[in-house]
Amino acid sequence: MDERKIRVVVAKPGLDGHDRGAKVVARALRDAGMEVVYTGLRQTAEQIVETVLQEDADAVGISILSGAHTFYFTKIIELLKEKDAGDVIVFGGGVIPEKDIPGLLEAGVGAVFGPGTPTSVCVEWLEKAVAEKRAKEQ
Amino acid sequence: MDILINKALAGDTRAIARIISLIENEDPVADGILRRIYHLTGKAMVIGITGSPGAGKSTLTDKLIEFFRKKGKSVGIIAVDPSSPFSGGAILADRIRMQRHTGDEGVYIRSMGTRGSLGGLSRGTREAVLLLDACGKDVIIIETVGVGQSEVDIIKIADTVCVVLVPGMGDDIQIMKAGIMEIADVFAINKADKPGVDRVAAEVRLMLELVRDKPWTPPVHLTVAENGAGVEEFAESIIKHHEFVKNSPEGERFEFRRLSFEVEDILLKNLTRKAEKVWQAHKSKELMEDLAARKINPYTVSADILRKLFPRTEDNQGTKEANT
Repeated sequence: MDERKIRVVVAKPGLDGHDRGAKVVARALRDAGMEVVYTGLRQTAEQIVETVLQEDADAVGISILSGAHTFYFTKIIELLKEKDAGDVIVFGGGVIPEKDIPGLLEAGVGAVFGPGTPTSVCVEWLEKAVAEKRAKEQ
Repeated sequence: MDILINKALAGDTRAIARIISLIENEDPVADGILRRIYHLTGKAMVIGITGSPGAGKSTLTDKLIEFFRKKGKSVGIIAVDPSSPFSGGAILADRIRMQRHTGDEGVYIRSMGTRGSLGGLSRGTREAVLLLDACGKDVIIIETVGVGQSEVDIIKIADTVCVVLVPGMGDDIQIMKAGIMEIADVFAINKADKPGVDRVAAEVRLMLELVRDKPWTPPVHLTVAENGAGVEEFAESIIKHHEFVKNSPEGERFEFRRLSFEVEDILLKNLTRKAEKVWQAHKSKELMEDLAARKINPYTVSADILRKLFPRTEDNQGTKEANT
């Protein structure tokens, strides 16, 4: 009854209009019992971070296919830290070249899930990451 | 906890958001927080927006936010979407239509899943509204889950209930039915650029004319939320109703009714919580087997649990009966 649900924001920054991937992930997280706040398309980094704060999200998943991933991920992480919310888990997916992934992880992205990743992998990873984050809070 | 409350009252978004999570998770500290802030509530104008799925509630809410922002009012929004009965998860997507206000410091939007609540709201909606009220939001808009005919809990919380209808929902008998159609203080017939809107409007007005002796007759507005047509007049009616509620003897009756619901709901919530605890402790494998074998019946079991919950009351009743 007093269980603490996992709340996740799933967002699409920038100008690309392909949200199928984001919807697939949102649906999988929903079916895993999470509350998924879906922002819709064409969000700025500022809007995404503000949404995360207003919704008290444990995590934010970013889907990018436009090539601007390094910019958006770094910007979002920077803004979260600025707002004293550096503990929020950031993960993502989309079309992100293999060679860019180490840099993103270095910048604080928790995980990057490329095309074809089974949604169960994403769900399991997120459940574990949120459990670890909450354990640290106590 | 004091730090969190003070931050929230000072308008810190994350603190407000965190307390709403405590509320919806039914964290034991939430009741204490509400007790502490309750005296600061009662200032906000609380508006409920309800109607069937896809009627345009979110888009209309978006336009109302714009309207009140132009008047310099701060606005809080609670947008409720359904939780899955299977996984308990939810897709909360009402804010897609309001996203242009994200980043405006005078607007706070919070999405909530129903989490098993059946009246069109979520567990914790009322408490979230109290918090936003205490934190100084001038206007609070509650967007219910897309409702059918009988999800009317919104009347327990909102000062003004707006029912959003769309053309093509059925014949005039649908409009005469009890439930959602009778809770409206203001009607919006949205998507008024679609065919059939005149008929719906006529039928709603006719339905309202059947009862003439009420002190407030709900105005009926045609709106196209998508482009904002009719929204201003609709919003003015909401303000007018709010003034009516605050300044008439009828209004006091509304307020008393709302407060009575409030006490009743809190009481029932606490009782349910206690009863569940006692039942869980009372439950055993043997008892379940006896129930399944029909050796004992659920009525007797619940009477036993009630006696555990209220030992003294039962005693008193016993003496009373003995005396008479």
